[in-house]
Amino acid sequence: MIDRTVPASPRPGHAHAPGTGAGDAVLSLRGVHQVFSTPRGDVPAVAGVDLDVRPGKVLCLVGESGCGKTTSARMAAGLADPVHGSVFFRGRDVAAMDRREKGRFRRSVQYIHQDPYASLNPVRTVYSTVSAGLRRHGLVKDRREARRAAAELLERVDLTPAEEHLDKYPHQMSGGQRQRVAVARALAMNPEVIIADESTSMLDVSIRVSLLNTLGRLRDELGVGFLFITHDLAVAKYFAWEGEIAVMYLGRVVEHGPTSRVINDPRHPYTEALIDAVCEPDPDLARNRERIRLRGADIPDLTDLPPGCDFHPRCPLYEQGDCDTVRPPLVPGHDRLLACHVVNRG
Amino acid sequence: MSHVTDPTAAPTAEGPLLSVRGVDVGYRTGRRKQVTAVRDVSFDLYPGQSMALVGESGCGKTTLGLGLLRLLPRTGVVSAGEVLFRRKDGRLVDVRTLAREDLRRFRWNEAAMVFQGAMNAFNPVLRVRDHFLDTFRAHEGGRRSRARILERSAELLRMVRLDPARVLDGFPHELSGGMRQRTLIALALALEPQLLILDEPTTALDILTQRSIVERLAELREELRFAMVFITHDLGLAAELADRVGTMYAGRMIETGTTRDIFHRARHPYTSALINSVPPVTGDLRVPESLPGGPPSVGALPPGCSFAPRCARAVDRCESTRPTLDVLRSRPEGMSHAAACLRSHELFSEGVTRD
Repeated sequence: MIDRTVPASPRPGHAHAPGTGAGDAVLSLRGVHQVFSTPRGDVPAVAGVDLDVRPGKVLCLVGESGCGKTTSARMAAGLADPVHGSVFFRGRDVAAMDRREKGRFRRSVQYIHQDPYASLNPVRTVYSTVSAGLRRHGLVKDRREARRAAAELLERVDLTPAEEHLDKYPHQMSGGQRQRVAVARALAMNPEVIIADESTSMLDVSIRVSLLNTLGRLRDELGVGFLFITHDLAVAKYFAWEGEIAVMYLGRVVEHGPTSRVINDPRHPYTEALIDAVCEPDPDLARNRERIRLRGADIPDLTDLPPGCDFHPRCPLYEQGDCDTVRPPLVPGHDRLLACHVVNRG
Repeated sequence: MSHVTDPTAAPTAEGPLLSVRGVDVGYRTGRRKQVTAVRDVSFDLYPGQSMALVGESGCGKTTLGLGLLRLLPRTGVVSAGEVLFRRKDGRLVDVRTLAREDLRRFRWNEAAMVFQGAMNAFNPVLRVRDHFLDTFRAHEGGRRSRARILERSAELLRMVRLDPARVLDGFPHELSGGMRQRTLIALALALEPQLLILDEPTTALDILTQRSIVERLAELREELRFAMVFITHDLGLAAELADRVGTMYAGRMIETGTTRDIFHRARHPYTSALINSVPPVTGDLRVPESLPGGPPSVGALPPGCSFAPRCARAVDRCESTRPTLDVLRSRPEGMSHAAACLRSHELFSEGVTRD
């Protein structure tokens, strides 16, 4: 591997350089923080995250529950305001947008939820759900046009023949079909960015792949940028293979780089543990593998974070000294950003 | 299936622990109306074996698991077949014919269940301690004093790597998902059952938590030598925890074999499709296959092979002839490889293997 210095001004399209201005990114998070007040004290759910979503590219957020993936996504979609930091859409700070701009932002950034059983209105037909946005924004003249537009959208997400599905209610459809309806609804607004929050985790393995392939086509053919949240590393690897992956732990990004590099050669001990913990569908591999032993199994409480590196109570690489006194910054290495004292020291 | 007794396998030479013979499970859907959710399932489970039941949702995995312990909801009934179980005292009983009190003794003492969704399995207004007390009292018949029960509970919790002082006095909602699942496993093992049925034991848990539970379960099985039937849609979990795998589709067992049979030489196109739809994490990118559509409704099964409408390898006769579960390679102790596919031999010669 050739060690090269980090370029001062990263080239557009080059994957991993947050903190360097919006560049060619459509949607950027800059140092966003989110704090929830609870009776037990303030919970810093997201503590300073920089992320960029580029057109036609996938940025995948992975991590355990409670690490701030969904909270970051909600801020990116404008569903929650960060307490510090900013969200930029096409270089404009979302907080400073007027009504018109905000409307455009909301149309261009669409959110697909995890549970297709909860995210569709049970008393609306598929036609009504998919065309609601079109009708609301006056993008279709009449009912006939709305039906035609809805049918086209259903075809785009492989719900064919579309005519058969238009008048169905959600309860008449399977989980996979419902999730496709949710995707079609998001597509109605011609979004530039789709934020998919665990959108495939509720589905059977067989259906998961075909939905991922549908999403992949939108990414490649329409140039939609994806902020893709998942806890399933196999899905992350498949969907974001040519994109980037950012691993979050307790509200911070700990490793961020091109997917192929991060998955095949994880550097942060947390990423390494995550990848190591995956159950592979290969009995020989599963049995003959030396597993990483974490020092502790439980995630620290966000209201009572340990001093130093958040991961040190569980970290197999823990060394006395910096690890339990100084929080490691996320610093650029030769092919990724990494927050670990031990690995960065070499 | 032929039974060849292996003289070297001393502890299991007495025969299977659980012998499921032609079991149908039905649900009442209205007056005189019934759907059969599980059809004609047979398998033998020997002491200490671990068997995974895999398949998509709606294939009858959970229904079968519940049926084995007669835990079906009120509308469900095991409508045909036998569920023979060899109890600790050596008697062979048919779980279907056990009387009420006997059934209660059977459950938990002989066979226990770990349910999906650990939160729903607990009573939210009872402390963890009370769950243990209730379990011992209901299924053991008050043989132990309160102090002895609590002592044993602490021991069980330590076995799953939990701190009894912290867990016993808490309410279920105070525990994290992984701790709840581990508590549930400790509870299931309370009366040293010979068989543990686990329904999606790690679904909805974080990956590191899942890893610690999977490892602990494997270790506990070594220590306590119980047999396991676990229901999962996560094929990785099956590869790791099971000695043998049964694939279910539309209520039938369509392939069964050792874990290596299933993952390296699957002979049913559905099993291969399921395995190939999981992208592996290690190595280079392998494009997973998609398997469009879903299983047919059990109320309206196609006449031939239930999988034929989705099968890439189906030929005309698949639509009219229902394949039987044929043994492809005979082995003792229920480890034979069998598949219900008319073309399993052809597919074999075509070399549809991964190794």
